[in-house]
Amino acid sequence: MAAAYEGVDFYDISAQLSEEERAVRDTVRAWVDDKLVPVINEAYIEGHFPKELIAGMAELGLFGANLPEEYGCAGLNNVAYGLIMQELERGDSGVRSFASVQGALVMYPIYAFGSDEQKKKWLPKLASGELIGCFGLTEPDYGSNPSGMITTAKETANGWVLNGAKMWITNGSTADIAIIWAKTGAIDDAKSIRGFIVPTKTKGFSSKDQKGKLSLRASDTSELVLQNVEVGKDALLSKTGGIKSPLMCLTQARYGIAWGALGAAMGCYAEALAYSKQRVMFKKPIGGYQLQQSRLAEMLTEITKGQLLVLHLGRLKDAGTMRPQQVSLAKRNNVNVACDVAREARRLLGANGILVEYSAMRHMANLESVYTYEGTHDMHTLILGEDVTGIAAFE
Amino acid sequence: MKIAVCIKRVPDTETRVKVGGDGVSIDEAGVKFILNPYDEFAVEEALQRREEGGEVVVVTVGPDAAAETIRTALAMGADRGVLLKTDKIPADALAIAKALAAELKDGGYDLILFGKIAVDDYNHSVGTMTAELLGMPCVSAAVKLTVDGRRLTAEREVEGGIEVMECEVPAVITCDKGLNNPRYPALKGIMAAKKKPIETKPAALGAVRLTLKTLGLPPERKEGRIVGEGVAAIPELLRLLRQEAKVL
Repeated sequence: MAAAYEGVDFYDISAQLSEEERAVRDTVRAWVDDKLVPVINEAYIEGHFPKELIAGMAELGLFGANLPEEYGCAGLNNVAYGLIMQELERGDSGVRSFASVQGALVMYPIYAFGSDEQKKKWLPKLASGELIGCFGLTEPDYGSNPSGMITTAKETANGWVLNGAKMWITNGSTADIAIIWAKTGAIDDAKSIRGFIVPTKTKGFSSKDQKGKLSLRASDTSELVLQNVEVGKDALLSKTGGIKSPLMCLTQARYGIAWGALGAAMGCYAEALAYSKQRVMFKKPIGGYQLQQSRLAEMLTEITKGQLLVLHLGRLKDAGTMRPQQVSLAKRNNVNVACDVAREARRLLGANGILVEYSAMRHMANLESVYTYEGTHDMHTLILGEDVTGIAAFE
Repeated sequence: MKIAVCIKRVPDTETRVKVGGDGVSIDEAGVKFILNPYDEFAVEEALQRREEGGEVVVVTVGPDAAAETIRTALAMGADRGVLLKTDKIPADALAIAKALAAELKDGGYDLILFGKIAVDDYNHSVGTMTAELLGMPCVSAAVKLTVDGRRLTAEREVEGGIEVMECEVPAVITCDKGLNNPRYPALKGIMAAKKKPIETKPAALGAVRLTLKTLGLPPERKEGRIVGEGVAAIPELLRLLRQEAKVL
């Protein structure tokens, strides 16, 4: 079950991983080669998520893999979880996004903010892929400023009534349940933001896929509309309170993205390196020319720095000392690196680089979304700026 | 059913090996080791045949590092492992078969499975030799296996056809590609494997009568050559294929 793709490991970082961490990485790497790579190009061109992968992903244990075994999850540490994201995104950012949403944005909030009954009811079915979830925070007019949201939840005798609209929701049209964030108090009261588990079949809930995407084409992105959606008292994630709760979820997802984007970069580099040795121009392989060697050296350097960054971040997370601002630095850096690597790889591939049979341009286009979602590159700049100066630039 | 699966730690098939300084071993620096791909078929077959109350035991001869290979099989779902330790695996297949037979003979196994070859030395020997030492019937390179009570039927692919063999269990089967689709070790399995027992004991190797003298890489392939273009080049191409390459 050896994967044809060997990864990129210039500093022998593998030696810093435990045997289990390496085993997890190699399993997912081989699965990506066998199952994801053969179907991704068609799914990307056709513009849909390759749903046939869901059962295999669940069987491997890719959903919520760092959550405890008692809920049907694999109970991995955060480095192993990061390696899963790295390998998945080597395949495609859209498929990694699917796993990120299910694990970090749906299962994690139920795990962190839910009651025992909610955890027992939902987590095993989400881990097994029997149920798919989505995360409704962003709204048409509230992206980088989610505190401004205008979706509301009003308490009634029997539960809650939700009204509002959400946008850019990964898995929105596929999902069986949605984690919806809404204000339970006045519209300017960000402290009243709370999370709800809303079955998507509930009356008044509708979703519509967003068409015309030129990025993350192998991922379904939807608009959600909630019109007098009535849910019971048991829909409320009782431990949520304020914008901090959804931001905690985003920290989980961003952590995975910092690893994942690097996986895409590694895939692009490996493809470019192999191509540079084969493609002959002016009677020698293009890898023998200084311009391409410069490209490759630059890519390798940035990838290696990023690998050391996320590995250490993962160790901090496992030690329980990781701060969200440290995640911002890693997401910001590694996605930016990945964007650059993908673009340079595409250029090294010449005309072939625009074809779907090579992965560079697909990754390049995907990574523009990754650059923009889960806190834009710019917002993470400002988060870091605030952290070091103590002065917020965006409030 | 109590099933033993004999496995081997081998270099990743994607690895480009280098001959080590001693000229008789490969340079292991930077080489990734994996579970021999044919042994994956054996592990998978065992897992599919393990009934309620049955057991799948993985046995290997190798250095301490082979425990990692055992854990791969445990992660796939095997119950426990036995590492017959030797720092250096001898080139004499019979010496290894004797160590395995010594371990397996009183184990009460109904079925003993091997991969048909190890992809590092291509010996095809250890499985059939072990069967002989245990006095058990052996079907090599099986592509299909059915067990009904004590009766075992195995199919082998032979030149131009299928051979169907029958015997009683206990028996030794060496497994070929096509027997099944080996599962991935699921992440939960990888975590569970840490808690499964691996017993380590010295390998009771038989006498080593064969020694490896030298190990060399195949000669570099000569660069291709273009004999001409279009239809006009065909006669010259045919002449070269006949007279020089002697492939026609």
